[in-house]
Amino acid sequence: MLAWTVYLSFASALVLMLLPKGRVDLARGVGLGGALAGAVVAFAGSMMKQPGIQEICRIPWIPSLGINFHFAADGISVTLVMLTGIAAVVGVLFSWNIGERVKEFFAFYMVLIGGVYGVFLSFDLFLLFVFYEIAIIPKYFLIAIWGSTNREYGAMKLALYSFVGSAMVLVGLIAAYVVSGGTTTNLIELAQFGFSKEFQYWVFPLVFVGFAILAGLWPFHTWAPTGHVAAPTAVSMLLAGVVMKLGAYGALRVAITLFPLGAQAWQTEIGFLACVGIVYGALVALVQRDFKFVIGYSSVSHMGFVLLGLATLNEIGLSGAVLQMFSHGVIAGLLFAVVGRMVYDRTHTRELAVLHRFNLSRSLPFVALTFVVASAASMGLPGFSGFVAELQVFIGAWRAFPVFAIFSGVGLLVGVAYTLRALQKAFFADPELETETRGPVLDPISMPEKCGAMILMAATLIIGLYPRLLLDLIVPSFSSPLFDGLRNGAGL
Amino acid sequence: MNWFVKNLWLIPAIPLLAAGLIALVKQRERTFAVAVSIGGMAISFLFSMVVFLQTVWPDGLFRETYSFDWVQMGEATLRLGWVLDPLSACMVLMVTFVGGLIFIYSAGYMAADKNFTRFFCFLSLFAAAMLGLVISNSLLLLFVCWELVGVSSYLLIGFWYEKPSAAAAAKKAFITTRIGDIGFFIGLLWLYRETGTLLCYDGGNGCLEATALSKLVSIGTIGGMALSTAIGLLIFCGAMGKSGQFPLHVWLPDAMEGPTPVSALIHAATMVAAGVFLIARVYPLVAATPAVLHAGSDSPAAMVASAHHADAGSHEGSAEATVARTAVHGDESHGPGKVSPALRVVTWVGALTALFAALIAVGQNDIKRILAYSTVSQLGYMFMGIGVGGIGVGMFHLITHAFFKALLFLGAGSVIHGCHHEQDIRRMGGIGKFMPVTFAAYAVGMMALSGVPLLFSGFWSKDEILNAAWMWPVSKGPFLLGVLGAFLTAFYMTRQMCYVFFGAYRGGEAHADDVGHSADAEHSHGNGSPSESPAVMTWPLLILAFFAVVLGAFGTPVWPSFEGYLEGHGASFQFGKLFQPGTLGLMGFSTLVVFAGIAVSWWFYGLEPPTDPDATDAVEQRLPRAFVLLRDKFYVDELYAASVIRFNAATAWFFDLLDRQFLDGVVRGVSFVVTGFGWLTRLADEFVINLGFDQGCRGIRWSGARTSRVQGGRVQVYLRVLGVALVVIVLLFTWGGLG
Repeated sequence: MLAWTVYLSFASALVLMLLPKGRVDLARGVGLGGALAGAVVAFAGSMMKQPGIQEICRIPWIPSLGINFHFAADGISVTLVMLTGIAAVVGVLFSWNIGERVKEFFAFYMVLIGGVYGVFLSFDLFLLFVFYEIAIIPKYFLIAIWGSTNREYGAMKLALYSFVGSAMVLVGLIAAYVVSGGTTTNLIELAQFGFSKEFQYWVFPLVFVGFAILAGLWPFHTWAPTGHVAAPTAVSMLLAGVVMKLGAYGALRVAITLFPLGAQAWQTEIGFLACVGIVYGALVALVQRDFKFVIGYSSVSHMGFVLLGLATLNEIGLSGAVLQMFSHGVIAGLLFAVVGRMVYDRTHTRELAVLHRFNLSRSLPFVALTFVVASAASMGLPGFSGFVAELQVFIGAWRAFPVFAIFSGVGLLVGVAYTLRALQKAFFADPELETETRGPVLDPISMPEKCGAMILMAATLIIGLYPRLLLDLIVPSFSSPLFDGLRNGAGL
Repeated sequence: MNWFVKNLWLIPAIPLLAAGLIALVKQRERTFAVAVSIGGMAISFLFSMVVFLQTVWPDGLFRETYSFDWVQMGEATLRLGWVLDPLSACMVLMVTFVGGLIFIYSAGYMAADKNFTRFFCFLSLFAAAMLGLVISNSLLLLFVCWELVGVSSYLLIGFWYEKPSAAAAAKKAFITTRIGDIGFFIGLLWLYRETGTLLCYDGGNGCLEATALSKLVSIGTIGGMALSTAIGLLIFCGAMGKSGQFPLHVWLPDAMEGPTPVSALIHAATMVAAGVFLIARVYPLVAATPAVLHAGSDSPAAMVASAHHADAGSHEGSAEATVARTAVHGDESHGPGKVSPALRVVTWVGALTALFAALIAVGQNDIKRILAYSTVSQLGYMFMGIGVGGIGVGMFHLITHAFFKALLFLGAGSVIHGCHHEQDIRRMGGIGKFMPVTFAAYAVGMMALSGVPLLFSGFWSKDEILNAAWMWPVSKGPFLLGVLGAFLTAFYMTRQMCYVFFGAYRGGEAHADDVGHSADAEHSHGNGSPSESPAVMTWPLLILAFFAVVLGAFGTPVWPSFEGYLEGHGASFQFGKLFQPGTLGLMGFSTLVVFAGIAVSWWFYGLEPPTDPDATDAVEQRLPRAFVLLRDKFYVDELYAASVIRFNAATAWFFDLLDRQFLDGVVRGVSFVVTGFGWLTRLADEFVINLGFDQGCRGIRWSGARTSRVQGGRVQVYLRVLGVALVVIVLLFTWGGLG
């Protein structure tokens, strides 16, 4: 059933391309319909998921090479599929005001979504890689065509980084395929193959870093802020919300499960880079003048927690990392929605110093409220999903490397500082300034925006208060055969 | 299980529900907001009263808990839960009672504010978080509520966010307390790692119970410090932040930018005391040392804490507790080795802060800032009390202080209200005539805070602390600091009283045009003289004043019922205790100190009240340099601005530069090389084409032009071709190899 998320997304992309020109409303409708249908399937499929790894479909594709068209899902896939569903719907709602080349926009958008669903559901290495590449291409066009500030540069940088990452991954995967005898690309079988220690030692960093580039691993993170800023709102939301998760997911699903001994060997180095990313991203966010850059760097910092969780290689840390992927997907989406759509499209500026003048807390109270909630969630306050996720990452990290946990604590602190700074500068102006230059009248917040913001706020709150909804899916995944290697290697 | 224990969560849930309801209604529904929030608080208060009575009842329950799983990760679980024991029962009662009165007072104080409804929403939210904090049995739940309390404090300090100073103060408060919270958080992680639970009491498996404690004590860390000490100190970091202890005290005086009822509720009576409460809650951990653990079959604190189950006979209980008390108080037979290093740190930090903040209070002129520094100082006393005398001593001062400090703040609010939002005590004066009720209530609060003997609760609670400090086996230092602090407390409170309530009124017109015409005095009286506040504000004052007096009766050396209650044994009425060596002498001594403070201050300020608001302060005349140092708060803020904040900003700036110039430069460099390579290949193509393939060239040129239109896409395409070629080659090889 879950496979239909992929098919529906591509189908709606196809329909969109065939639509006659100028039918803007129809294009939006099809986009929303496709995204909604995908989300409904994602949620329904997740509810009905059986324990363990659930097979969805397995069709021989290139039998001579042992390649299958193989979809399956475990709790981790399902969590991220649900995240994609939410992000897809909300992204369409926040691109309601896209005016030029509407149908192309939504077509690219749906291809991207379909590719992402595909990555999360593929249990065949080759298939996974194909979907991973499919997701990269529309990203480039979405930014280069519909983007804003410095869009060609941002798109180019993102594409280059993605490509370097995929090249590294590809080399590693082919090596693994050849070494394992060249008979299968099935993830589960490869995970149980048991590569030699020496082999894992050099392949793991290649594959892990290749994927983690897309997750904003320091120092390969610089695509993220520029890419986020250049992208149109919905695409920033997807970039931060879902595409960065592709990298983290690949790092977990492929690099860690296939090469557990390599992961153990490189654990400290990765933990260190993650930790640097957390603090570094937060500090850089503290001095940004552009509102969107603040959020862009905050993504780097938050994704650092995902990577730190992955580096712990223990159950709590890993499940914390997956939960943080979900949590950050929702929260980053909300933050970008506020900055890019709700604020920028009305004020046409993202300079914190200029936003002062609009006195946004008065003129757009709903936006101010949304951003207060989003900041609270982003700061990792209890009650929101970020707290539970970061708590688990911290507990896991404390087991693996206490020093890094302490160091990352500083990141939490700076996180509060930059969030409050942005919040106060952008929304809560001082009245003297405001009375002199009363800003222009801003459009009221539209219905799609309200719905989108509500969905995201509800998601972060529900998971924050009752994390078992997701944890009961995520945690059992670590006892599947995929993680045998890690478990036997005295990890987990 | 006791129904009330199981449903203890209702106490915080009702104010939370009230906050939610108020958040849903429109700003103009003022009556609804007031009714719902005060009503919610009243229900919580009644509930608290019932559970409190259950703990007071002879042979009543001592400690019952209720816990449930929150998150399960394999074999690791995180559990949450709540506990009903004397410590939590007395705290919920205090918070709901004082909180309720302050809610009522706010209805009058905030009546003119346009965001009245939002104010009550935040107040209720705060109450919910605070009540959740005090009942939680799980340190994780406590941390969660701890953070929520911080958020509501942020919201309320910044309530008048149009004032830049308020917005800055809110941010400062949040970040400063967060610094401590990071320590707290790390302490929790470490504790969880070692004990596998964050429940305080869990039928023998909790992290504050004997099994876990003896494990923690036996593990050594850096410098031979026991793990329990390390964790205790980390948790104390959190307490220092929240309770404004030096060096994290800087946020509390600035927090006075919030509305006065907020200062009374959050920054005097409840939230800032949460740090003290936290240390009282984890006292068994903080106080644990191998010597203590092995001396009794249990640590004194754990004994106090866990030995008395509901079914324990009262006789047995009191016997054990006596042992515990002697252990805590450190008889001759128990050397200073019994005092855990963590407890020493708590004591010294508390004692130093007590004196340090009292000194600063002397040099302040803002009525609320004086009280704020006084709060910092009194919180120091509480920590010192816990350090030297155990939870009974510290908590008693916490409770009495909550009443008289709330009284003082509300009184100050009433004065500010009456003086048309003037907060500078130099521009007040003679207000006793205009506001008799406020004056009377304020005087009670002032005497309770200064520790005027016999009648006032502050005397008894402070005396307990000084008494315990005198007996402290480690050092007499904290005692001396405490005595000095007591002298200064009496001094600055008398100074404030003289400035505010005695002499002639110095405000009004003179202030309005900021010149200081004393000739216009009569005119200003007619126009802007202060007036008494409405009944909705004065009644809470009177009720608090009543309690500021009577509460002392529960903590006299003769009948230390509060301590007995907290430690789980009944207090007996022992008149003879009064005549034990030291007790009476010490009481006489502290009385002397207090009267000395009042007398000196009266001599400075009372005999000839200042008449000109711009006159030099009496202390400044005598010790100008010292006074400036005090007025400028020992330059701690400036020190932070020059060190930590500047360092942080510089690092952030440097990283930003690194990101933009260096890392980005590398990327640009790589892309330049790649693009150059692309150009080379294209040139080669053209060269080859020019040699002869005229026909094919047109087609390729056309496509080349197409691709070059999308700038930058070219590189991607070339690279992709390379990638695909790589795939094909490798696949071919492997295929061949297989074949």
